[in-house]
Amino acid sequence: MRKTTLLSLLIAGAIVLASCAPATTPTQAPQPTEAPVTLTIESWRNDDLTIWQDTIIPAFEAKNPNIHVVFAPTAPADYNAALNTKLAGGTVGDLITCRPFDASLALYQQGHLAALNDLPGLNNFGDVAKSAWITDDGANVFCVPMASVIHGFYYNADAFEKLGLKEPATLDEFYAVLEAIKKDGTYAPLGMGTADQWESATMGFQNIGPNFWKGEEGRQALIKGTAKLTDAPYVSTFAELARWKPYMPSGFEAIKYPDAQSLFTLGKAAIYPTGSWEISLFNSQAGFKMGVFPPPVAKPGDTCYISDHTDIALGMNAKTQHAAEARTFLEWMTTSEFAELYSNALPGFFTLSNAKITLKDPIANEFLSWRGTCQSTIRNSYQILSRGEPNLENELWRLSAGVINGTITPEQAGQEAQTGLEKWYKP
Amino acid sequence: MPSSPTRKFPAHLLVFLAPATAVYTLFMVYPLLDSLRLSFFAQNGASETFAGLQNYVTLLTDPLWAPRFWGALRNNFVFFAVHMLVQNPLGLLLAALLASGGRARSIYRTLLFMPTVLSVVIIGFIWQLILNPLWGIAEGLLKAVSLGALFQPWLGQQSTALVTLSLISVWQFVGIPMILFYTALISIPEELSEAAYVDGASGWDIFWRIKFPLLLPTVGIVTILTFVGNFNAFDLIFTIKGGLAGPEFASDIMGTLFYRTFFGFQLQLGNPTMGTTVATLMFLIILSGVLLYTYVWQRRVTTYEF
Repeated sequence: MRKTTLLSLLIAGAIVLASCAPATTPTQAPQPTEAPVTLTIESWRNDDLTIWQDTIIPAFEAKNPNIHVVFAPTAPADYNAALNTKLAGGTVGDLITCRPFDASLALYQQGHLAALNDLPGLNNFGDVAKSAWITDDGANVFCVPMASVIHGFYYNADAFEKLGLKEPATLDEFYAVLEAIKKDGTYAPLGMGTADQWESATMGFQNIGPNFWKGEEGRQALIKGTAKLTDAPYVSTFAELARWKPYMPSGFEAIKYPDAQSLFTLGKAAIYPTGSWEISLFNSQAGFKMGVFPPPVAKPGDTCYISDHTDIALGMNAKTQHAAEARTFLEWMTTSEFAELYSNALPGFFTLSNAKITLKDPIANEFLSWRGTCQSTIRNSYQILSRGEPNLENELWRLSAGVINGTITPEQAGQEAQTGLEKWYKP
Repeated sequence: MPSSPTRKFPAHLLVFLAPATAVYTLFMVYPLLDSLRLSFFAQNGASETFAGLQNYVTLLTDPLWAPRFWGALRNNFVFFAVHMLVQNPLGLLLAALLASGGRARSIYRTLLFMPTVLSVVIIGFIWQLILNPLWGIAEGLLKAVSLGALFQPWLGQQSTALVTLSLISVWQFVGIPMILFYTALISIPEELSEAAYVDGASGWDIFWRIKFPLLLPTVGIVTILTFVGNFNAFDLIFTIKGGLAGPEFASDIMGTLFYRTFFGFQLQLGNPTMGTTVATLMFLIILSGVLLYTYVWQRRVTTYEF
């Protein structure tokens, strides 16, 4: 009996304490209804953490003092898995950074991303910009497009000057340049490794490929089924990759992406195949003059094609507690203010908005100028063709790396990619 | 005290067993059974439909799935073989050296055990740096002894990646067999070896004919621990080679295959039903190993009490 009394006393005490607590809070926050709402952004761009924290979020919060935004990135390779786990567990943030195409489409179809059709600012984006985040029937847009990245080749301009080389425009010139750098011996001609596999596909295959399969024309043909990966353009792309091997640094099979980046920024590699997303990092790390050139074409005067890949967008968690605030943030992201702020804070991530913006970074401007001189396309494995198992994108990682390593022939690679695709894809 | 034939059920037993049973059922038995159940279903959009053994048939026979599964299984056996051939004999050797005395043995014991308690991420990072063809010290060390030509990007080559990763794992975990063998060795009474010595046995004879037979139960435990650990391994390979366990799936083992299938990788969305199929097969492989150990090895080996 004594124990019960003690217990009820304790419970009573707890209730009294609990009821006291809210009574003290209003004195600290006089207007509880306007207490700042915290929005959390899920992202894979952990490289951009400081830019979001120091530039983008303060600009937004200055206009919306009631909304506090937290940028919470995960490592790029873990993002999709981490996001799916968080979604399943219901612990995901209010705003979700959208991968292009199917990964986000699946999230929308599963009810994790909210439809944003009634967001007025979406009129600032063209159809191509929205194409990566729209349902197949074009009815529902579920992410606000943020940026695209353009692929190309960086080069060490000081090294080029020292060796008397100029930007190659054709494939013959490209290999002549590589040969000259190799002969000189000071620099690794092509600073790339195959250990992580994705560079071989993204910075190799998808970088140089559009010139072979004529950009959008070839990409659409692959989706329609009128072209196969065993066709000449694709096998030739693999064959070009195989030609890269003698110009790669020694031990490239075990060189990872950060190793290759450092090799270039330390001035030990002359040419680095990659994309515009490297600009900020390279600007801060490289102590020499850099330049960029688009993927070389076969014959002088050929139309050039570039991979201008819709890469990143932002959507809203359909189950967020703060839908109104999240929409305020998304609406702000459609303004030209955000477009200019973002494109300049993150040179190399080019806004997809129709707003006219000015870029301060010369290399970013060079990349952007190719939109005028070349035909744009996106990575051919991203739309529809990576829906099944095995998906084309991951297959291209493996096959491109194998082709450069010399363990798979270009013909074999084309054959394996086509077999994998045909297993589940019926045009 | 007359014992009644219908003795009352000792209710307090339930009280003692309940917490452990509840926790174990909730966190181990239920998830295990549920993933077993899931492996008999197929993903159809957002819903799941019963598919019988179809997932297993696909995994074991489909021209695109089967090479991945059998490749991962084969690689896993290679991974296990390297541990059995290198890690455990090395552990025994180190234990024998430690047990033979010497003033610095507690220092060595600690040093040799240390990698085991380090995070796999750190181990992966350190070894990638050591073996890195650009800035690693491995090439420099080989050059210093005029063997520079032997250096290769071991972690990146299809032919060497898996064995290199296995050896890194051996380096990390050699402390465990070492400590198990060591404790077994020092519990063998001195009198046995002294008597043998008096009878004229050499040190070699004493070890192999007297001590080693007494170590056999420990050999069994070490083997089964290695087996279970290796067939559950995932983290080191994922840390160093990523989810595609390249090149050409040369370092893909059951753990990485499961991760890639269940959670997805890059543009590949996860496939929970197929993933649980892989998980169930992993469970069956480990279970058969453990059964083999309990019913074959443990029944034949004599354990001595001193």
